[in-house]
Amino acid sequence: MSIKTIGRHLGLPVFHVLMILVLSLFIVSFIVLAAGVSPFTAFSLLYQGSLGSVSHLGHVMKSFFPMTLCAMGLVYTYRISLWNIGIEGQVIVGALSAMVLFRLFPEPQVPSLFFSLGIVSAFLGGMGWAMITGFLKSTCGVNEIFAGLGMNFVSQGLALWLIFGPWKRPGIASMSGTDPIADVYCLIESGPLSISGFELILVFILFIFTWILIRKSIVGLKLHASGSNPFASRLLGLQPTLSIHLALAVCGGFAGLAGLFQVSGVYHRLIPSISSNYGYLAILVVLLSGFDIRIVPIISFFFSCLLVGSIQLPMMLQIDSSLSGVVQGIVVMVYLVYMGIARHLNSRIRKPVYE
Amino acid sequence: MNDTLILIVSGVIAGSCPVLFAALGETLSEKAGVINLSLDGCLLLSALSAFAASYQTSSLMIGFLAAMMTGALVSLFLGIMTLYFRVSQVALGFVLSLFCRDLAYFFGNAYNRLQGVEVGPLPIPFLSDLPVIGPSVFSHNIVVYLSFLLPCALWIYSDKTKAGLSMKSVGENPYAAYARGYNPRLIRLCHVIAGGILTGIGGAAFSLFLKAGWGRPQGCEGTGWIALALVIFGSWNMFRVALGCYIFSFLQIMGLLFQQWFSDVPAQVFQVAPFPLMIFSLVLVYFTNRFSETSVGRNQRKYRLFFLTARFLSKPAPSHLGKTFEP
Repeated sequence: MSIKTIGRHLGLPVFHVLMILVLSLFIVSFIVLAAGVSPFTAFSLLYQGSLGSVSHLGHVMKSFFPMTLCAMGLVYTYRISLWNIGIEGQVIVGALSAMVLFRLFPEPQVPSLFFSLGIVSAFLGGMGWAMITGFLKSTCGVNEIFAGLGMNFVSQGLALWLIFGPWKRPGIASMSGTDPIADVYCLIESGPLSISGFELILVFILFIFTWILIRKSIVGLKLHASGSNPFASRLLGLQPTLSIHLALAVCGGFAGLAGLFQVSGVYHRLIPSISSNYGYLAILVVLLSGFDIRIVPIISFFFSCLLVGSIQLPMMLQIDSSLSGVVQGIVVMVYLVYMGIARHLNSRIRKPVYE
Repeated sequence: MNDTLILIVSGVIAGSCPVLFAALGETLSEKAGVINLSLDGCLLLSALSAFAASYQTSSLMIGFLAAMMTGALVSLFLGIMTLYFRVSQVALGFVLSLFCRDLAYFFGNAYNRLQGVEVGPLPIPFLSDLPVIGPSVFSHNIVVYLSFLLPCALWIYSDKTKAGLSMKSVGENPYAAYARGYNPRLIRLCHVIAGGILTGIGGAAFSLFLKAGWGRPQGCEGTGWIALALVIFGSWNMFRVALGCYIFSFLQIMGLLFQQWFSDVPAQVFQVAPFPLMIFSLVLVYFTNRFSETSVGRNQRKYRLFFLTARFLSKPAPSHLGKTFEP
């Protein structure tokens, strides 16, 4: 996809997209310089660490899949103007529910059946966790931001309790996590990139599914309508409450699958930071995409490259790997601020940015 | 017995200090109608700048000033962008929170595990000689004493002064305030910055005495989110928010004690406590409001006790919280 189409999809001319990129690059270079490192060295290391070799690209894809899943889920919730900050907790609970099944049947007779059950369990787990937020929102009038935030910390506490309590390794309980799961539950990695075909196919199918559902189907239109004006959509005979539950359920399910990827594909056990912050990063991805499903994978890939590329920074340059987070934050902030100022100057548009 | 008591009380008071500053700062900004979600990152960044500045100059005063400056700058940016350029408060606050955290880790790399200056204790003359109360309450440092006075000072400000009234008016109904001749956006901006300064002091309290020094993780991750939860739990009332901070700090200290009794439950699990409480108090607010709207006369008398208790426990949010104002 060329930069021109990205610009069109962002609803911005090419010039503005370039401006945003150049401004972000400028600010990031300034910050890197302030840490006493040449920006060129840092950027070339970021590139080499992510796209420089086939094995690095494989690592990028491993973080690309869960992040894209979360971001695609968030497209549903943003479609009805919901802030699903609770996605982080939904990833954790998805991982937990997959772990429950994997631990209940450590030696399955029919591995593929039980693995499928694990998928269903992760999906339902994330979905159920998201539905709690939805219930609090629709029935108890609790703002979804605060409910989601609270549920994130509760799920984190739950994971810690399981790791240090009932699921601790015999004898020792530590931050390194539980016992590894059985080999049959680990995803098989193949090809030169050593990525799992299962993840690739699942993400691709769900991407097409989401694209059609959000942009081409009546369901997507209904979600959009009930998000834009709940009162009018109720008069039209739509059910905004149902839409909230539907969007959150799908989003939570996707996040739960991301949790399964983390357990089966990456760590092969439960660790305290099982979600790897992918939920929060996905929020940035979707914000930057302007809620457009078509450019979500591109941005998600860019973010994964930054994430993986920054791993070797501490060894090579003695700077912290959080540079990736700095770059991601800068790009999103420059985008938000740029859009805000552009809309301010174009005073005919009275609608606030993202509200 | 007395020793344990002294240990608990003094631990609670010292531990609640940074979260108290952050939560009261957030209360100030939310009362004026702006949700400042950047709290968590802001705390870390100001903790770093306090440590770095005091390490370079070996002056505590400069450390605190640097932290206050950091908090003010972050919230100034948020305030200008959300109030004057209509960027979503939640979107920008959330991004800022993640960004400031990463920025703090990035610049903090050079200050990892260094020995810096620390705020020393300053026992109050006479009062610290009292039994039990003396060593537990009056033997802290000056920042902790300030945290005693802060809720009172802010209560006087918000309830007894004209400026405080204007703050509440722009939080409840900026259009009415605008018609009355106030400048809602400027008033909001000032209170957001004031909140940021208080958050900065909270951050400095972490790196200059409570968890002195800098490291990754620093030890104050997540405190900002807890402070946000406590503001809601305290239903935007200075004293309740302060009480919430003390309860939270008490839970943390008790978590350490509990851990001796239930050794397989990690201490982090007890830190989760504020969040269910926050959700519960939000649910309570909603149902009391609905109850008072839908039921009249007999029903209200019938459930009077429940109603009064619920009203006492929770009060509604400023009604224009998080919304944009267009003159």
